[in-house]
Amino acid sequence: MNPIRWLEIIGTFALEAFEELGRFFVLLFQAAYWLFRPPWDVREWFRQMVRVGWDSIPVIFLTCLFTGMVLALQTYQGFQRFHAEGFVGSVVALSLTRELAPVLTGLMAAGRVGSAMAAELGTMRVTEQIDALYTMATPPVQYLVVPRVLASILMLPLLTLIGDGIGIVGGWMVAAGLFHANTFTYWEKTFQYLEINDITSGLIKAAFFGMILAGTGCAKGYFTTGGAEGVGRSTTAAVVTGSLYILLSDFFLTKVLF
Amino acid sequence: MGAENTMPVTSGAAEEIRVESLLKIFDARHVLDELCFSVAAGESLVVVGASGEGKTVLLKHLIGLMSPDAGRVLIQGIDLKTASPSESIEIRKKCGMSFQEGALFDSMTVFENIAFPIRRHTRRKTREIAERVSQCLSLVRLEGIEDRRPAELSGGMRRRVGFARAIALEPEILFFDEPTTGLDPVNTAAIGRVIDHLRRELGVTVITITHDMMLAFRIADRIAMLRQGKFLIDTDPENFRRSDLPWVRAFLEGKLPEGEEDAL
Repeated sequence: MNPIRWLEIIGTFALEAFEELGRFFVLLFQAAYWLFRPPWDVREWFRQMVRVGWDSIPVIFLTCLFTGMVLALQTYQGFQRFHAEGFVGSVVALSLTRELAPVLTGLMAAGRVGSAMAAELGTMRVTEQIDALYTMATPPVQYLVVPRVLASILMLPLLTLIGDGIGIVGGWMVAAGLFHANTFTYWEKTFQYLEINDITSGLIKAAFFGMILAGTGCAKGYFTTGGAEGVGRSTTAAVVTGSLYILLSDFFLTKVLF
Repeated sequence: MGAENTMPVTSGAAEEIRVESLLKIFDARHVLDELCFSVAAGESLVVVGASGEGKTVLLKHLIGLMSPDAGRVLIQGIDLKTASPSESIEIRKKCGMSFQEGALFDSMTVFENIAFPIRRHTRRKTREIAERVSQCLSLVRLEGIEDRRPAELSGGMRRRVGFARAIALEPEILFFDEPTTGLDPVNTAAIGRVIDHLRRELGVTVITITHDMMLAFRIADRIAMLRQGKFLIDTDPENFRRSDLPWVRAFLEGKLPEGEEDAL
């Protein structure tokens, strides 16, 4: 292929990527601007918190329970080789609080909530409902984006906290039930090496992931074009891009926080 | 084929809307080509034109949903492009827009749709809101459907609920995008009657985009035809009816002008 053509493809890709990132940040800045301006639609904020938080509990419960269980299963068998079974509780707790619970909660929420946001806002865009909001002197970002971003930033840490607890219990269930580990030792080692900073930094990460998944879902939906097909594209892109942004930012956040 | 403007740009009343050299270009095509006109308070302007001539684009510029590439739109003296967010909100509270497909919020009932702007911008009590909603619905001949959802309504009903929502805040300026397309003659007449009532009794300024010449002649103080980004004619209904311009004749008689068969 002609090298110019290659350059063209790379240039187009780079431009699209920057355009997308720009839209994401513009929407987040606009949401920050409208967050502090009345009227505050508190009822809509709570409605979104229920959708993002409460409705996600079963998914997060199962995800973190089985992650804690498989983590204990793997580490117990591995640690047996050098008689370090007593540290399984510590490994499970540290892995979950510092890394796995926030990231898995973020990824699961990106799939469940981010896609729903993109689909909902995308449908509203193509059926002129967002235009209608604007003509009724209601800034669409204030009414649609602010509650979703706010709910995600507040709810993801709470979901992560639930995930932390459930995962650690899952680990204990496997260690005690399957490998007959001493329950007292398991819990003692869990709390011996677990520091409050491990939990709080995990929760800070979760809040960032909440902002990322809601910002991506809303941006994809808000700028949807192309009718029903466009809504489908936005929904898929919200999950893929949201998950990617979460995984990429996880590294940098971990570097900064720990 | 020159433009024909037999009406003064504004009558004696205060100027409500002013459009100055409005330019919009899509893919090198001048959809709006330095368009200039103004609408006086209480006046009813109907814009007609063939499909794809940019009528809806014009309407979206007037309400601020689109930004012009050049030129400006002033609503009650405020430039929509440079207005602060709070100025822009205040202006839009005075405007109502009825969309072609209704643009109803499908997660809400009919009642919640119409009550939305009232709840958002007034401190009316629940009973007063309910009264205003049923008043708006009876104006569009749709009593008793408050609890239904948009998905349960026909296209025409959705349009009329959108119409009811547009007038809920008793706006000073109303924009209608194809208000009667797809409606039966009885409901078309009802919409015409409501627009007429709002204009004559309440002095509302009305801008309507339509293909429906019966409606245009019923509600218009001025009829303008948009063609190639400009107003080909902007005149009172009587002069419009008598115009010799080929495109106006074609529009009134429902046939292509001679020699223009390839233009559409």
